[in-house]
Amino acid sequence: MATATSQLRDATATGPAPALRFDHVSVRLGDRLALSDVTCEIEAGAFVGLIGPNGSGKSTLLRAVLGVVPLSDGEIEVEGQSIAEARDSIAYLPQRQQLALDLPLRACDVVMMGRLRHTGLFRPASRADKDAVTAALERVGLADRRNSPIGEMSFGQQQRVFFARALAQEGRILLLDEPMNGVDPQTQEVFVGLLNDFHAEGKTIVMATHDLNQAMSVCDHLIVLNQRLIVYGPSESSMTEEVLRDAYGVHLHVQHGPAHVDHIVEDLSHHDGEGHHHDAPLV
Amino acid sequence: MLHWFSDPLEFQFMRMALVEVVVVGVVAGVLGTYVVVRGLAFVGDAISHAVFPGVVVAFLANVSILAGGAAFGILTALAISSLSLTRRIREDTAIGVVFAGAFALGVVLISSSPGYTRDLTSLLFGDVLAVTNTDIYLSLGFGGLAFVVAFALRRALILASFDREMALAMGLPVFWLDTILLLLITLTIVISLRAVGNILVLAMFVTPAAAARLLVDDMGRMMVVSAVIGALSGVIGLYLSWHTDLAAGGMIVLTATGIFLVTLLFAPRHGLLTRMLRTRNAIDTPSSAA
Repeated sequence: MATATSQLRDATATGPAPALRFDHVSVRLGDRLALSDVTCEIEAGAFVGLIGPNGSGKSTLLRAVLGVVPLSDGEIEVEGQSIAEARDSIAYLPQRQQLALDLPLRACDVVMMGRLRHTGLFRPASRADKDAVTAALERVGLADRRNSPIGEMSFGQQQRVFFARALAQEGRILLLDEPMNGVDPQTQEVFVGLLNDFHAEGKTIVMATHDLNQAMSVCDHLIVLNQRLIVYGPSESSMTEEVLRDAYGVHLHVQHGPAHVDHIVEDLSHHDGEGHHHDAPLV
Repeated sequence: MLHWFSDPLEFQFMRMALVEVVVVGVVAGVLGTYVVVRGLAFVGDAISHAVFPGVVVAFLANVSILAGGAAFGILTALAISSLSLTRRIREDTAIGVVFAGAFALGVVLISSSPGYTRDLTSLLFGDVLAVTNTDIYLSLGFGGLAFVVAFALRRALILASFDREMALAMGLPVFWLDTILLLLITLTIVISLRAVGNILVLAMFVTPAAAARLLVDDMGRMMVVSAVIGALSGVIGLYLSWHTDLAAGGMIVLTATGIFLVTLLFAPRHGLLTRMLRTRNAIDTPSSAA
């Protein structure tokens, strides 16, 4: 589109548009305010960890960028464009519970879904699409499992297939919703390596995670969320005692140093904002 | 043996019936793949009941029952699709209430017909040997449409079934895809009415597709295999019915059921007996199990 190109040119003239711009974004899910007045700009090339307690709106924020949940207020821009215009720049790794894994699909079929916007609905897959699928499966180390039924793969392998699908989308912005939740250490290592490669290529990454330790060690920026934006900034300076208290509602003593960070993480991974314990049985 | 196949072909109505069951078998096989993988069997059953009043009205008015069924069926599919937009009433409950009611309306309507029992039987259980030219043209038209659209939209339909969120994120109109799928299923149900009748329609969808699911691991091949099993069931069932002088609709569905049972036992990878034998072999020769 001519307008999109000219917009891009304008943007480069005044410095590059941020990869993502949230302008007073609020999202209402039913009666609940899931996100309230979130404003921040994520610059291109940032590797952002999105953290916060369960139900703090991490997934909602990602889904809002995808245009899957409507905003009740505010605006989101992707590389200076509206969400609908920017669908091709975003790649996405969803949370797993929404997937129908019992469908008869092979690993390569799932990865090919990532090519839908390249191929279009009606044209057959091109050489480039097939090559992209093969390359993506190779990058996640599953080249030899391309014809395996997705339902018969292990949890970690399935997650790698979804990662490959996100790679095949070839977006400049990668959104990941708890990609390492419950995966084996080997897959986790593969993912961290791939994310670092991505980051080195200058792509923007936003990764929701409940693992503070990991977020602090692999991401260069953090968004701490609890319905509202508690803080957005570089990983080292963002994680203060006050921020943690605001986000998780517990009083914690923070000292910098890997040992203490590990300690905090252990405490928080079991803790939930506002005193809710979603995992606890109802009595 | 050759006569077993060739003799029935001398009759025009048998040739027409064969065309009808092949069309129905192929189209229901393809759409049945979606019904099975998306768990829409109950919805399919409901639609087949709901089209009944339309079928009866068409029958009494001496119009093709497929036309009457299609008119009612399209309304039904749209109603189900809209029901999914509200979360107040559980969908299956609402479907159950409305469509049992529709079926009852059909029964009451046909009880006003003089040849009540005979007519009811032919509508409920099919009467493929009475298939008319109009029925065949309508079957080819509706069935061809359902087949072409299901094939053309397969990528979008499969993505929307597998991962709604991703489908929405890619800008696909998921609600309309669901509605289109229901409409295609409805058209296919309607064209199956002549072949197997109202009660047995569901079998033409789920049985071949379920057998196919045991044989292959991807949607594309599942559709092909399911279509082949559907068409084979139609042809074999019709011949069996001819030679045994037993109900055609029932024979067609029983053939499909037979194919399913054989598959269930002997499918190369997922068959029950196959798996049992494999386990036994693995125990006998422990080295191969490692």
